[in-house]
Order: sequence, then C-alpha cells, then structure tokens
Amino acid sequence: MNFDKEFNARGLSCPLPIVKTKKALVDMTSGQVLKVISTDAGSLKDMAAFAEQTGNPLLSTVEENGEYVFYVKKK
Amino acid sequence: MANKKMAIIATKGTLDMAYPPFILGSTAAALGYDVQIFFTFYGLQLLRKDLSSVMISPLANPAMPMPVPMPVMVQMLPGMESMATMMMKQKLKKHGVASLEELRDLCLEADVKFVACQMTVDLFEFDKSEFIDNIEYGGAATFMSFAGDTDICLFV
Repeated sequence: MNFDKEFNARGLSCPLPIVKTKKALVDMTSGQVLKVISTDAGSLKDMAAFAEQTGNPLLSTVEENGEYVFYVKKK
Repeated sequence: MANKKMAIIATKGTLDMAYPPFILGSTAAALGYDVQIFFTFYGLQLLRKDLSSVMISPLANPAMPMPVPMPVMVQMLPGMESMATMMMKQKLKKHGVASLEELRDLCLEADVKFVACQMTVDLFEFDKSEFIDNIEYGGAATFMSFAGDTDICLFV
C-alpha cells in the first residue's frame, strides 16, 4: 500500500504508539496515509480505537513476524 | 461539536501511581479530549521539575512482583527503596515504557492542563519554584468547574 509518511514505533509501549501516531499526523494533510510499525501487541486494539475515536480511517492492519503494520489515513 | 472532556485527580506520589494520570492524560489528549489533571496531596510531587524523588517501595506493597521473595524485614533495610526504584526504572525502559518526564512533557505539549492544589502547597510548605512552569493553582471549586462538565472523571 502506498503511504506518505512512516512512523517507526518499534519497541515503544502504551501509550507511546498512539500518542506519537497522533503527533505524526499533525503535520500531514487530509487524505495522506501514515504507515505505523509497532511491536506492541496492545496497539492492535488501541490503533483501531484511536482511528474510530478521532475519525482518521484505519485503512489496513497487517500482522507479520511479531510486528503490526497500520495504515492510517488523515481525515 | 465540542470536544469531549476528561478530568483526573492525582493524589499519589509514587512511581507506580504516577503513571496512570500521565498515560491517560496524554492518550485522551491524543484522542481529542480536553484534559485537566488536578494534583493534590502526594500527587503534587509529580509536578516537581526534578522527578528523581518519585520512588517505588516494595514495603507494604505485597502485589509488587519481585525477582526473589523478600521478607518485610529485608525490605526495611536502608537503600532498598532506591534499589527497587532503580530496578523498576530499568524494567520500564527495557519494555519501551516512557519515563514520567517524557509522558508529562507529552501531556503539556498536547495542552493537558495541570492544576496544583493550593491548600496542599500551603500545608506542606512546598516551594512553588520547585514546580514546573505552566501550571495553575486552585482549590476544590476550581476543579469542579471543569469536572462538572466532563465525560470521564477519575480519582487516582
């Protein structure tokens, strides 16, 4: 999937993947896609909850080799 | 639509109990909430510029997981609190959990409002110059004026 910016959240624990995803989105423009790579198993549910509550659509979630890759579209 | 609101009362000043207000505060702010944290009694320690005095003790804390079983008599020995704090901080770091300083900064960056209890400052004769800047001082009524209109209100 194409993306405009990548945020490497590997090794970070709750709440950093979410709080810093929010920060990464700040300077992006509407419609751009942020790729987030996390190793925190909790972020699987948290990222979906973040997307739902902030209205930034979660386009895709991929789990591979103990990593979680999220594509979040800026609303 | 107006933002949702969350208010937290932070009353504890130990390392373990310092985390929930800052974690929930920074997360709620990231989710678009207006957040206010009211620091009172021992919670005021969390507003110090220097957070090195915020510690954890295994004493009277039987739920704290220990690498080896430790009798209470041993936990009482001088230096045990510093050692437990050092070990806990190492563990937090190893697991990628942010430091208190970092979480507090993330809260401030996200415009989480910190209110310090004026009564406690007077009671314990705290020196305001030891606290971080950008905090307000107020009392119970100040807290209510924000808390009365919140969606989430927590006591930690």
